[in-house]
Amino acid sequence: MKIKKIAAALCFLGYAGASQAAGISDDVVKIGVLTDLSGVYSDLAGNGSVVAARMAAEEMGNKVLGKPVEVVAADHQNKPDVAANLAREWFDQGKVDMITDFPTASTALAVMEIAKQKNRVTMPSAGLSTAILGEKCSPLNAQWTTNTYALAAGTARALVKEGKKTWYFITADYTFGHSLEKDATEVIKENGGEVVGVSRHPFPGNDFSSFLLKAQASKADVIALANAGNDTVNAVKQAAEFGISKKQTVAPLLTYISDVHSMGLQKAQGMYLTEAFYWDYDDASRAWARKFFDKTKKMPTASQAGVYSATLNYLKAIEAAGTDDAPAVMAKLREMTINDAVIRNGKLRADGALVHDMLLLQVKTPAQSKAPWDYYNVKAVLKGEDVFPKPQAACPLVKS
Amino acid sequence: MFDISYQSLLAQLLVGLINGCFYAILSMGLAIIFGLLNIVNFTHGAQFMMAAFLAWIGFTQLPQWLGESVQINFWVALLLAPVIVGGVGIVIERTLLKRLYHLDHLYGLLLTFGIALMMEGGFRYFYGISGVGYEPPELLQGGFDLDFMYLPGYRAFVVVASLSICLLTWYLFERTRLGAMLRAGTENPRLLQAFGVNVPVMITLTYGFGVALAGVAGVLAAPVMQINPLMGSNLLNIVFAVVVIGGLGSIMGAIVTGLALGLLEGLTKVFYPEASTVVVFVVMAVVLLVRPAGLFGKEK
Repeated sequence: MKIKKIAAALCFLGYAGASQAAGISDDVVKIGVLTDLSGVYSDLAGNGSVVAARMAAEEMGNKVLGKPVEVVAADHQNKPDVAANLAREWFDQGKVDMITDFPTASTALAVMEIAKQKNRVTMPSAGLSTAILGEKCSPLNAQWTTNTYALAAGTARALVKEGKKTWYFITADYTFGHSLEKDATEVIKENGGEVVGVSRHPFPGNDFSSFLLKAQASKADVIALANAGNDTVNAVKQAAEFGISKKQTVAPLLTYISDVHSMGLQKAQGMYLTEAFYWDYDDASRAWARKFFDKTKKMPTASQAGVYSATLNYLKAIEAAGTDDAPAVMAKLREMTINDAVIRNGKLRADGALVHDMLLLQVKTPAQSKAPWDYYNVKAVLKGEDVFPKPQAACPLVKS
Repeated sequence: MFDISYQSLLAQLLVGLINGCFYAILSMGLAIIFGLLNIVNFTHGAQFMMAAFLAWIGFTQLPQWLGESVQINFWVALLLAPVIVGGVGIVIERTLLKRLYHLDHLYGLLLTFGIALMMEGGFRYFYGISGVGYEPPELLQGGFDLDFMYLPGYRAFVVVASLSICLLTWYLFERTRLGAMLRAGTENPRLLQAFGVNVPVMITLTYGFGVALAGVAGVLAAPVMQINPLMGSNLLNIVFAVVVIGGLGSIMGAIVTGLALGLLEGLTKVFYPEASTVVVFVVMAVVLLVRPAGLFGKEK
């Protein structure tokens, strides 16, 4: 009798296991947008990322394989421990299948580990550190939008090739700034340029005039800003104020369109920068961005656009795989070539890097800009394999 | 590390002095408030931020709301914004702070900190975290080509304006009859009341004045730094250190220390930038060890 019961239970378990392998677990596909809803990254990601994920779900008719698609969001406050707790709750009780966005890479790194254990997918869009592709890389993770190396490499290579050989760095004194500085330095040296000085400033900073004066005294061709957000905005504004941007090229290594929007074109004009996405690039990006604008009254940043693309392609991969089982979905994503309103010629690599074409942009002058958010001239399309970093040997998924 | 020319050293000192001016005005307001109210005003940074936003709203938003003719320029904002911020301060003092005077300092600190968080949250909700930009007034655009550096005209104005405000305030508090009463209120409010002075009103106005100083600093800072909801709280840590070093409640202490620490910070940025925010707190620790009442404070 007992044996029969156990056998029945085992059969049932076996059945349950089989049902997970094909079809949709929990009868729902849930996308979790884990982002910064209230802090320093809430403009470049935040609510706009949530809207973007919902737009992707709507595009699929809020259904995949006949099951409903839901989008949930939470504020991780840029803290890895908060992010980890929220993710655990989402995976264990919330039926969440995939988590995206992750401004500040440390939150992505914390959640990637948990997702791997729970067999769920992570798709960082605003989490940009290359550490995500290194030692801690995960087979169930895709760094969808871009990373610090690709951003730095695009701008640095273009400027060195233009003959701007000497560089001075103003670097935010924490991991992110250091890695941006290191990645750019590598590319500058490879292309025959030279770094003549570095100032590392405490984060966050209000006043950059001291560093700018030092950079000016160095007579470097380029003053590279290895920082982000308000630090970049203040540094750019003050460079214009002290008349520095007239004689030397100021190159911010990580700039979102929301930053340029708050600097104003008067201060930002002429700067080179690299981005994964610019809304006014082609018909597809314009059409999608206008829809986004109608909902938020702002044009999407690359991070927000990346959340849309990640969610959309994740759902498409489920459809193609016929299941939401994480390894099967990831395998499908690796087979696909990603082309949508945001990403062009994207191929997902084994280490989790989505290698795709990037845009080298130059900020327009106030006279060139015809309308609000008309901010960039597209100078070049940079081939993915030229700007994305080579796979790191430290990542166990990389075959040597 | 020390291979720096005399000229660029001069430039760095000047830049340090400009920052010192902001420290001086802000810490002076804090010192005045603490002197009379015994309140550590943690709302100071948010009030500084609010004034900067008001200047921006007056210049860019009002014309959109009320028509092109209604535009508050920088000069009017420099007067109007501190008055509004000071007025809001007075309301806060009358309705909330005055209930806490008989309690420990800590309660005032917590209350003002909470108000600061709410103000920052409110501005973030409406204007986002990236903030907005504000151009210097036309009269002060451009700059002077000094031999050793290019000095933006607006920054030169900031130095002159802040030093004048500091000296005027010092004169008001230390050399006039009104100032004498205020100082008497700090020493012994009950005795002063016995002489027929309306001490509660005096306290309210003093709080309003201290907050208005934060407002002046906020409008002055608007064209220099990005206006965003957190601009004040980023500065406030340093400003508190300035007040502690100068001596809680000492006006001259706040002015001199503010300027001196601006210079010291500027020098640190030249020689070892990584330490530029720490250096202020190192000085604070040393001063607290050697003179617990601060450089200009009186031991009680």
